[in-house]
Order: sequence, then structure tokens, then C-alpha cells
Amino acid sequence: MRWEISTSALRSDFVKQVEANGRQNILACYQCGKCSAGCPVAHEMDILPNQIIRLVQLGMKDQVLNSRAIWICASCETCTTRCPQEVDIARVIDALRNMAYRERRSSPEKEILVFNRVFVDNLASLGRLYEVGLILGYNLRSGHLFKDMLKAPGMFLKGKINPIPPRVKGARQLKALVKKIEAKERGER
Amino acid sequence: MRYAFYPGCTLHSTSREYDLSTREVCRRLGIELTEVPDWICCGATSAHVSMHLLAVALPVRNLWAARTMNGDQVLTCCAACYNRLKTANQEMAEDQEIRNQVNQLLEIDYRGEVKVRHLLEVILEDVGVEGLRLKVSKKMEGLKVASYYGCLLVRPPKVMQFDDPEQPHSMDDLLTAVGAQTIDWPYNIECCGASLSLTRTEIVLRLCRDILADAQARGADCVAVACPMCQSNLDLRQRETEAAYSLRFNLPILYFTQILGLALGAGIRELGLNRHIIDPIPLLKAKALI
Repeated sequence: MRWEISTSALRSDFVKQVEANGRQNILACYQCGKCSAGCPVAHEMDILPNQIIRLVQLGMKDQVLNSRAIWICASCETCTTRCPQEVDIARVIDALRNMAYRERRSSPEKEILVFNRVFVDNLASLGRLYEVGLILGYNLRSGHLFKDMLKAPGMFLKGKINPIPPRVKGARQLKALVKKIEAKERGER
Repeated sequence: MRYAFYPGCTLHSTSREYDLSTREVCRRLGIELTEVPDWICCGATSAHVSMHLLAVALPVRNLWAARTMNGDQVLTCCAACYNRLKTANQEMAEDQEIRNQVNQLLEIDYRGEVKVRHLLEVILEDVGVEGLRLKVSKKMEGLKVASYYGCLLVRPPKVMQFDDPEQPHSMDDLLTAVGAQTIDWPYNIECCGASLSLTRTEIVLRLCRDILADAQARGADCVAVACPMCQSNLDLRQRETEAAYSLRFNLPILYFTQILGLALGAGIRELGLNRHIIDPIPLLKAKALI
């Protein structure tokens, strides 16, 4: 892969923003690659975890925030556990995802974005996650209408599907809370 | 021993058997559970990848609810909830900016004072291996178990501060105390990819294959878990994994509480052993454990 590095990128305050939001010293990374070596999903990433950190160091915001890799990360925390420089890489990736979310960036991993949206909406409206609603909502909004539907009868027979959505006292306040945070984060709703 | 109990969403739906077996084991060990009133979702992965503030606020609302029950500690048995509650706690204790923002949003004054504990930890520390052993009525002899810890129970170590992050043994300690034999295997802390289960299923199938194949190759009869996400990935997606890679595992994925429960004398239905996709009952019968 070939990247063009511009002086404006190098001089941008992107690294400072990520350091502040992720509460990390990103410049401590000396590119040993241990994070990428232990990452269970590195084989699916367009840029490796250590490259994510390197690009942040260089101020290359678009390349990082538009990557598949930040959304492929499964948050398993292996990288963070093993970093000899104590950079919390998983937390950095979260800070990057939060930034991409705030800026409403799209991603080639659009299914993952749809899933996260449906998940947050689901918990905001009911207070607890309702898996039937989560799966149906995801299938509808991702366009994969029949995904995993063959599993439904078996799951139902094993008592794994609760046909009644949860009811929690205070769900309405929760919805307001999520809206408030959302507005604070990206001024919407 | 009384504890505020935070079950988490999946214990009320896809992992009812974890809820059943947890309550059964706790009852038999003298651990009294009182559910946190009107608890809400901890936000799991989707909250922290979207909005950091939400990822802290959701667990804190639950921790605050536990505090109002006069609880100084809250017990959970879901590894993801455990991780999110502990992460939020640490931030509320150490990060003044986040603490102020979250307290203001929720109109409370919380500083991370409620201790969050996983059931594994509570049994090990408050009941003790000896205490558990004394209550065993049926030894799980002849059952070879692969203890699978996954990610969130022990990582990141600075937050979780529970067990060894690379070579955990808490589950092995409990299972061997009730007479089961646990195997040594390197996949015990590998990720199953649960957060990608619906969106990038093929990644999950590959990770599940690696985990299940290794457990099988080392002679495990079943896999024990302490996380509903691990369980549902390895159980619900096992047939799909077998089909994708032309392999046959047929490995029951049991909650550690189900194995402890059997040893403590609980029955099949009480422990929800009838609720699995990969049916564990033939295995347990063949080993004369039920």
C-alpha cells in the first residue's frame, strides 16, 4: 500500500486529539508490532493495528478514520494487554471509532455501522437489549433480510428466544439520556 | 453472603440457562442474590465504539442503583457486563473530567465505590475451593473440560485485575475442585469474535473453528465458559462452523455453573441443560454424570 504524507497532515493536531480523547501517549509507540502479531482478526484488516497507531502519529486522519480496520477490531483487548509501551491500543481504536461516529463518516464496513446503530437504538428504546428486535432490526436495515432466520425455530424450541420484549421502569428517562449524549457528541436528534 | 446481582440482558433471553444455573449454584452455596432494581443494558460493545460518554453512563446508572440498595458490591456472571462495569468504575474513580460529565448527566454523585465482582471470583474468594469441595454430592469424574476464558474476563489486566491475563486458572480451579479434569490448551484466552457475530459471520466461524478444533484435538469432551457471548457463538454457530469447514466437533458448550450445579446435586432442567443447541445430555449420560 502506498500513502502520500503531506506537511499539513504532519502538522495537524490529529494526534493530539486522539491522545486527549483516548487518554493515551501515542507517541510512546515504537512500532514493535506485538499488537498486530497477537490480533485475532488482523488477517481481515486493511491496515494492521500497529499501522493504525503509526498513521495516527503521522496525523493521517482520513486514512485511519476511513479504514475497515478500526471497525473490524473485535475489542478483545489482546493488543492492549501485550503492548510493552503500555499504549492502550483498543482504547485508541475506540477513540478513533468515536471520532468517525461523531463526524458521521461512512465505512466500507457498513454492516458494522448499521449493527451499532440498531444496538444503541434498541437499548435506548427498551432499556435492555431485546435480541429478537436487534436481529430483526439489523436484518431490515442492513438489507440481509433472512440472515440467521433458519436458526430461529431451533432457538425458540430451546427456550432461547423470549417472545416478549423486556419492560424496564425508567426506560423513558434512558431514551432522553441517550438523546442528550448523542446531541452532546454530534449535535443531532 | 448477600450480593446485589446484575444479570445483564442475555441472561433473560438467549442464555437463560446461565441465569438458571447461576441462581441454582448460588442457592446451594449460600450466596444470596438480590437483583439490582430496574437495571439497564451495560451497552456492551456498541456503546463504547460509538459514544464514550454513553459507554460510561450506562454501567454507572446500574452501579448507582446497586449502591442505593446499600450494596458495596455487585455480582455479575456475564464477562462483557463485568468488563463494562469495571471499566466504567475505573474511569469514575480516576478520570475527573469523565466523572463530572457523567455525574452531571445522571444527576448523581458516584466515584466508582461499588465493587464489581464476577461469580468466578466470588466462589473462589468468598466460598473458597475447599468450601465448594465440601458441598459436592456428585463428583464430575471422567469429564474432560476445556476451560475457555475468552477476552473480557481477564483483559485488559489493568482494569480487570482478576486472574492471570495470559494463563488464567480460576475456572480450572473450580472445575477440578468438583472432580472434573481440565485440559491444558493454548486457545483458552483466544477471541471468538462475538461482537462481529451478526455482521462478519465468516470471521467468527474461522475463530470458532480454531478454538473448537484445538479443544477437540486435545481430547476435551466439552468446553466450559463464563460468558454468554462466547457460549452463544460456540454453541449456536457450531453447526455452521462444521459445515463451513467440513469438520465435525459436536462439542457441548457448558456454562461453568452448569458443571458446578451438577456436582452440587442440581438436576438437568434446573440447570437448563436441555436448552443447548449441541445437546450435552448424551455426553453426561455416557459419563454417568446424570
